[in-house]
Amino acid sequence: MERRRSLPDILAGGVFVLIGGAFVAGSLGYELGTPLRMGPGAFPLLVGAIVAALGLAVVVKGLVAGEVVAFGPVPWRAVTVIVLAILFFGFTVRGLGFIPASAVTALLTTLASRRVRPLTAVAVTAGLTAAGTLIFVVGLQLRIPLWGPWLGF
Amino acid sequence: MDLLDNLALGFSTALLVQNVVYCFVGVLLGTAVGVLPGIGPTATVAMLLPITFSFEPVTALIMLAGIYYGAQYGGSTTAILINLPGESSAAVTALDGHEMARQGRAGAALATAAVGSFVAGTVATVVLAVAAPPLARVALRFGPAEYFSLVLFGLIVSIALARGTALKALAMIMLGVLFGTVGQDIYTGTPRFVFGRRELYGGIDFVSVAVGMFGVAEILRNLENERARAAIVGRVSNLWPTREDRRRIVGPILRGTGLGAALGVLPGGGHVLASFTSYAVEKRISKRGQEFGHGAIEGVAGPESANNAAAQTSFIPLLTLGLPAHPVMALMVGAFIVHGITPGPNVIVDEPALFWGLIASMWIGNVLLVLLNLPLIGIWVRMLRIPYQVLFPMIILFASIGTYSLGFNAYDVYAIVFFGLLGYVLIKCGCEPAPLLLGFVLGPLLEENLRRALIISRGDASVFLTRPISAVLLVLAVAALVVAVLPAIRRRREVVFTEEE
Repeated sequence: MERRRSLPDILAGGVFVLIGGAFVAGSLGYELGTPLRMGPGAFPLLVGAIVAALGLAVVVKGLVAGEVVAFGPVPWRAVTVIVLAILFFGFTVRGLGFIPASAVTALLTTLASRRVRPLTAVAVTAGLTAAGTLIFVVGLQLRIPLWGPWLGF
Repeated sequence: MDLLDNLALGFSTALLVQNVVYCFVGVLLGTAVGVLPGIGPTATVAMLLPITFSFEPVTALIMLAGIYYGAQYGGSTTAILINLPGESSAAVTALDGHEMARQGRAGAALATAAVGSFVAGTVATVVLAVAAPPLARVALRFGPAEYFSLVLFGLIVSIALARGTALKALAMIMLGVLFGTVGQDIYTGTPRFVFGRRELYGGIDFVSVAVGMFGVAEILRNLENERARAAIVGRVSNLWPTREDRRRIVGPILRGTGLGAALGVLPGGGHVLASFTSYAVEKRISKRGQEFGHGAIEGVAGPESANNAAAQTSFIPLLTLGLPAHPVMALMVGAFIVHGITPGPNVIVDEPALFWGLIASMWIGNVLLVLLNLPLIGIWVRMLRIPYQVLFPMIILFASIGTYSLGFNAYDVYAIVFFGLLGYVLIKCGCEPAPLLLGFVLGPLLEENLRRALIISRGDASVFLTRPISAVLLVLAVAALVVAVLPAIRRRREVVFTEEE
């Protein structure tokens, strides 16, 4: 059988090894206990080791008989903008209030698409902010202030 | 006559005005979101989940179930009209349904899907009502050792049905279990993997995991190559199937219902298997086998019925064992827990009104689905024209707001980013997100029962093999694992999945 090396397979395996390993390292810091009374570290240690081992197996398989051929393009702009948008919302919703946080998040997110025109982006932002406010604050009685304390009023 | 008494209790609960209203709202919202291209039932339920948290438990669960059927039906509509299935089970419907739409018979395809779903839903609800109580009685005798083995079995069976290699699916499950350990330890209260942040003591919210893995990751996938979607959404006319059509769909609907009801009980994606099996069966026994793939109405009727029957019966393992058979059921587990109810055999004893009310509401939900969808089809068609540039900001924004509203915890929002990016990378590497979500939900159960069983047996690990039910389940789990990695069966799975592309 011919050897097919697959970078995505190796990457996936690497992610499993990394996360599994991190949990193993972390759980060594907790009490392991005995089989009769397992401590908080025992179960994560076991599962983390399994994940890391499976990850290694995926890597080895990716080196010998890979599966996925191409990773494909990555929409870097969309990734960056969407990550920023969601983080912004989490970070500022308490301080800025519901409306400003939603508006900025919506505006940032619309910029993820390369095909969007500025006017459309503004219209979508306004529409979504209004819809979000109506649904979540008016409709579902979500207790988030519309304008937050950071704005000073 | 127990059954009738119980059903009477169920209907008296489900027919309360607020329950009918929210069932209706659920079906409506579920269909509206499910119709949106590229959003499957799992993503729909994950997004709409926070809305239900402020209601009474019964009402919330009824509404959630309504959202689920609505989303399922909405997904079929999208699959038929623009060939963009939101989930693998709807992909089968797209094969012939979209072909029918291109021949100008979209109306007949949509009506067939609605009628098939209704028949299947009715039959499967009866199956659920009959089968659940005895199973729950058996499950009540389960101790921690049995539960541990059962959960392990459920997790391993779910591999067999995931796309991609068994190895990766297994790794995804265990990764999910691992993330489930974040937060305070149940026995000692020790905070684990929280980096000293109080916000993480309660663990990672499963809504963040679901929204990240199914919502954000999917959006990033869709933004990879932006093309104008070739939507040939014409006018949908002639809703009613002709007499010839009606004659042709009876058999497929009944067979699909039977298959779906049986396979839906399987953990890990029985509904996908049910649609594929039903399609294969209809293709084989039809006298017009060559018409399949070119707009055969049997190819819509069978899989749609199977899919919907499986959607109902996948509640059986959830309500009797507390085991989610499907990512949506994993979300339901979360919803039960938010309302302070542990899903499992105790529900039927402790909350009979909830249990039977939920079952009765499934049937009501199916009635509403038919009543709603046939007249509203024009609106759904119009929703298909919403451009993606409007759609994905809406998903991101509403997902952020919804997740934040769960506990007013910004870390739940940050977790979306983490799981979105992780999910995106792993999906691109050929890993499926569904097993991770199942592992995440079931992981804490696995740990709790493992530790409890060992405490009861005084640290003797052989307890899992000396208790008969537990031993049988473990043997089955090993068998399922062997089957999943066996090359012959893997090839057959590949065949099934390439047909879907």
